Amino acid sequence: MISQIVSAIGVVIAGVFACALYYWLSDKVLQVVFPVSDRNLQLASRNLNRRNVVRPWLFMGPALFLLAVYLIYPVIATIILSFHDRSGGNFVGLANYRWAINDAAFRQSIFNNILWLAVVPAACTFLGLVIAVLTDRIWWGNIAKSLVFMPMAISFVGASVIWKFIYEYRGGDETQIGLLNAIVQFIGGDPQVWIALPFWNNLFLMVILIWIQTGFAMVILSAALRGIPEETIEAAVIDGANGWQIFWKIMVPQIWGTIAVVWTTITILVLKVFDIVLTMTNGQWSTMVLANLMFDWMFRGGGDSGRSAVIALVIMAAVTPIMVWNIRQANREMGGH
Amino acid sequence: MTSIAVRIRRVGLPRLLVHLSVLVIVVIWLIPTLGILVTSIRDKDQITTAGWWTAFTSSTQTEAARLAEPSTARQEGSSHVISGSVFEGDAGGTVRYFGTRVADPDEFPAGQTADLGDGETLVVNEDGSYIHSSSVPFDGERGRRVYLAVATPPVFTLDNYRTVLTSQGIGQAFVNSLTVAVPATIIPILIAAFAAYALSWMAFPGRALLIALVVGLIVVPLQMSLIPLLRMYNDIGSLLGVSSRSYVGIWLAHAAFGMPLAIYLLRNYIAGLPKEIIESARVDGASDFEIFMKIVLPLSFPALASFAIFQFLWTWNDLLVAMVFLGTGRDQLVLTGALNALLGSQGGKWEILTASAFITIIVPLLVFFALQRYLVRGLLAGSVKGG
Repeated sequence: MISQIVSAIGVVIAGVFACALYYWLSDKVLQVVFPVSDRNLQLASRNLNRRNVVRPWLFMGPALFLLAVYLIYPVIATIILSFHDRSGGNFVGLANYRWAINDAAFRQSIFNNILWLAVVPAACTFLGLVIAVLTDRIWWGNIAKSLVFMPMAISFVGASVIWKFIYEYRGGDETQIGLLNAIVQFIGGDPQVWIALPFWNNLFLMVILIWIQTGFAMVILSAALRGIPEETIEAAVIDGANGWQIFWKIMVPQIWGTIAVVWTTITILVLKVFDIVLTMTNGQWSTMVLANLMFDWMFRGGGDSGRSAVIALVIMAAVTPIMVWNIRQANREMGGH
Repeated sequence: MTSIAVRIRRVGLPRLLVHLSVLVIVVIWLIPTLGILVTSIRDKDQITTAGWWTAFTSSTQTEAARLAEPSTARQEGSSHVISGSVFEGDAGGTVRYFGTRVADPDEFPAGQTADLGDGETLVVNEDGSYIHSSSVPFDGERGRRVYLAVATPPVFTLDNYRTVLTSQGIGQAFVNSLTVAVPATIIPILIAAFAAYALSWMAFPGRALLIALVVGLIVVPLQMSLIPLLRMYNDIGSLLGVSSRSYVGIWLAHAAFGMPLAIYLLRNYIAGLPKEIIESARVDGASDFEIFMKIVLPLSFPALASFAIFQFLWTWNDLLVAMVFLGTGRDQLVLTGALNALLGSQGGKWEILTASAFITIIVPLLVFFALQRYLVRGLLAGSVKGG
């Protein structure tokens, strides 16, 4: 155990050192390959130019290598694999896609993912906005914000354990130690196995993600609200607008861009939701989502790379519009620089 | 009382409503975490007998006890009396109720004299002492059975933590998590910073395209990468004759998956550095390498810190990448994986699950509270800019 820690620290030092060495050495090599001397001014200026052409690629080299190997190549490979059989060896055309369309579990996952997409981003953004507005008006707002923000730091698995304890059900006459069932019992209802109630259990899983992500929405929206020019609100007050009108007609329209960013960021997160479903139900009781179905097919019966590739591509396709929007947004910003 | 009323009037009802609703929200947000924290330090027998919200009050359990044998009866006046304590040896507690049938241990409150019929009475006091009397001599060999609702004081203990750290593999998993997260956090920073500098301050053809590519790659789902990478790792593993699942593999994977966001965040920051500083350094003859190391890197500290926190939280909390690239063997499991495995194998044992969960979340929580400022700054740099 100690040796493992020591070796991890060793790796950190060696890794950082190796990175620094690469950049330093590549810069030195550049100076040797394209020497600049006072004797031949023409050559010197040409070599200076050559250095400037090559240097950016040396600086970006390791990053581009990682991006190419771990992200760009796999995207292409996944597309190709989706047209091949389970071992990836034989071309099967659209068979995997046909399988997906007719597969009950796949349809269930699509339905559940849409459900997640409909509920979680909306709930997080709405709650985040409400909490941001409320906490901006009180002196202990920052403490409150920090506590609502806190679940951001908790892993999805940890959060699942936390909430599984809340949904805990004890059969028979045993005391209910899950908070939800205790409350239900207190107000006269019957305790339920919440995570095994088809359809509704999806909502109980979503609550976990909402609990985690509302803090994110709140922090971003709170900053945007503070960026609203004071004059616009003062003008509205002078014109006799009440608090409700100021909120909906003055504040919200001015932060639409930020709301869209929050919404899309959470949307992407929701499309990839995996840990929560894995730890809470592992897809049982009709809670399967795409990411979990894909993981299942990656390893089930030795793995079926064709089918899991199709499922991955569906997630990718859902993300693509947001990706395009983000790129256009970034381009527009750089144009304005 | 009047002062409160006056204060409410001064504060105003709407303002009070704001305070109250924020308070309610904060309490709702805190209760889940509080639940596992409290449960993890409770005695494991008490966890199942009463909800954690009653942890600070005594919990009531049903116990059975047998009164002393009839041969110990004494004659007092016209009645026969057996007396003693229902608690044996060191056992203690407070008797709340007692009864003579197992189905109804709450039949009589402690201290009340129960009429058992045929001139037989029984009283059990809170401290456990009892007086059993009868107008006719007791018969039979053995003492009478009584059932008690006994309140035991709350017991808090660190035993659960000791158990999970030593015998449930959480201690090893903690070290594994550190082994994964620390290098996977630090290695990508320098790589991303160099790339970000090139993308901000060096002119070359295709720069705008590369930036667009990086922005696009931020949202590419991990799922797209898993299958080809797993195949590639297996190929490399069999080629070199080593296991395809190694720490090197997961460090590189985490570094690569964090790279787009790292480059984007750092580029936003580095591109915003004052132009004059960098250009005057160039005029003084400093190379790009020197400018980067001596000027840009130190000035970018806030952005580097923001990204480091993101990356640490992400790698520490990750389950999917670890399951795919590190495996699920006991000595390879990171904390999230170990916790997931415990959920399967130790299903209802909340003393184990809650303590393990708390160990899993404590490090990110400490990082969060210590460095929240940088985390917020990073979030804002990453998101509000787009809007």
